[in-house]
Amino acid sequence: MPRPLTFTAGLVALALLLTFPLVFTLPYPRDVMIRIFLYATLATAWNVLAGYCGQISLGHAVFFGTGAYTSTVLVKSLGLTPWAGMLAGAALAVALSQVIGYPVFRLRGHYFAIATIAVGEIVQTFMINWDWVGGARGLFIPIDRTGSLLAFQFRDKQVYYYIALGLLLLALWVTRRIERSRTGYYFRAIREDQDAAASLGIPVARYKQRAMAVSAALTALGGTFYAQYILFIDPESVLPLSLSILICLIAVLGGVGTLWGPLIGAAILVPLGEATRIYLGGTGKAIDLLIYGFLIMVISVVQPGGIMALAQRGRRRTG
Amino acid sequence: MDRPGEGVLLDVRGVTKRFGGLVANNDISFRVGAGEMVGIIGPNGAGKSTLFDLLTGFQPADAGEVLLDGRPITRFRPDEISRLGVARTFQKLRPFTQMTVIENVMVGAFQKTTDLARARRDATNALERVGLADKAESHARVLSTGQRKRLELARALATKPRLLLLDEVTGGVDLRSIPGLVALVRELNAAGTTLVVIEHNMGVIMDVSRRIVALHLGEVIADGPPAAVGRDPRVVEAYLGQAYVR
Repeated sequence: MPRPLTFTAGLVALALLLTFPLVFTLPYPRDVMIRIFLYATLATAWNVLAGYCGQISLGHAVFFGTGAYTSTVLVKSLGLTPWAGMLAGAALAVALSQVIGYPVFRLRGHYFAIATIAVGEIVQTFMINWDWVGGARGLFIPIDRTGSLLAFQFRDKQVYYYIALGLLLLALWVTRRIERSRTGYYFRAIREDQDAAASLGIPVARYKQRAMAVSAALTALGGTFYAQYILFIDPESVLPLSLSILICLIAVLGGVGTLWGPLIGAAILVPLGEATRIYLGGTGKAIDLLIYGFLIMVISVVQPGGIMALAQRGRRRTG
Repeated sequence: MDRPGEGVLLDVRGVTKRFGGLVANNDISFRVGAGEMVGIIGPNGAGKSTLFDLLTGFQPADAGEVLLDGRPITRFRPDEISRLGVARTFQKLRPFTQMTVIENVMVGAFQKTTDLARARRDATNALERVGLADKAESHARVLSTGQRKRLELARALATKPRLLLLDEVTGGVDLRSIPGLVALVRELNAAGTTLVVIEHNMGVIMDVSRRIVALHLGEVIADGPPAAVGRDPRVVEAYLGQAYVR
């Protein structure tokens, strides 16, 4: 598409998204949209590290949990507004990502992915056994009835909707900025061939750490949002391996290493998860994962580049 | 021989590398003066590519020292050595296949600038020098082997190196492309880039280099002007025996 047309299309899409909660006033459609935005944000964050820089992490729930736990603990113990807790959570996630990255980035390819799974499991087990932060029972976020924006709690889902949309736009903007900078070129070069990248003067380890930091920070923002939206967190909901995998699946479905891929993936997988839960009923959880698994197999066989690659192929053919 | 002489850019002192029981490089010493163009020859397994890996930090040396401008770089990482002005190509080509040709070269150009437009200009220049400018927007994966060699050369050039290490410029390239590549290497040297070139094609290397270092079984067996090295009985026995019987 020519540039002005893309820009116009973007404005129209944004206008539609902004008016959505005004048209759909029931909680349920708003909830679905909020979760699309949240998962799209998480997958976009993951994409910075895995899609652009090529470091497939299956432990991103750690950063999500860091965001959720940091803001919650701060609001419970110090009464700090979750907005500040959100920033603190992002900062802590960045610090944690650097500590995790230092040893783990020495591994390449599959070994890196396996190590991130291990880190995720360790952190979850650790939190289950840490009573001060609720252990396996989890933590309730204290209900605040003032309705003040500072409390980050709203009766109306509309406000959550706009916050989630804001987070998604932030994640997309950050990705776009990286894409169009030296850092983005370096990330892709590292993904393609890290020895060749090093031979051209790229400090590979430092740039991997940088990708990890950006990715962790954005993921943690999503974690705090989740805590304030659901008002209850426990290791099973914010630190499970299944969350790390879901984030990865969303990005892979949509197209890794592309700006819009994770959003497209979330816009398909989140409603699909809802539908399977409703129509296949009861236990639900396992069935939707079966369908995810099936989808991934189809994608990797038919179109490893994800839906974005399909779209680009179509465009090349017509134009 | 202890103090680096005037104008010595690269000083390799007694470099040794073992892989288990195999000594890939044994006490290798030679010097490359600024502006020189040195050819490295030797039969398969002589240790040529290993030597490049040691010089550029891709493998740690077990013994010996490498000096650039009289400064030791022996324990430096590949990216640090690159930023000191040493660029290399790989025998087994390593293009960034999912990026376009110009993007590949921009990655190199970014060593000297953070500005996207400037990197693009520098990359375009480098592509013009290697004669690949018309392929700028193609994907690297669609290039032929000869074109990939040129791409890799352009990528290395875009870092604006003082010392360029080329591993097999003409290997795997169709015969018609060889004169162009040879002319290009000459031009680069004439423009002031110091070159160390590994080459299997004896005609090319004897013609292009003013000095040749011959390796055999990980050791330097001759170092001198092409004609002298070509006549050296040990070199003839080790390597040229087969190739020069024409």
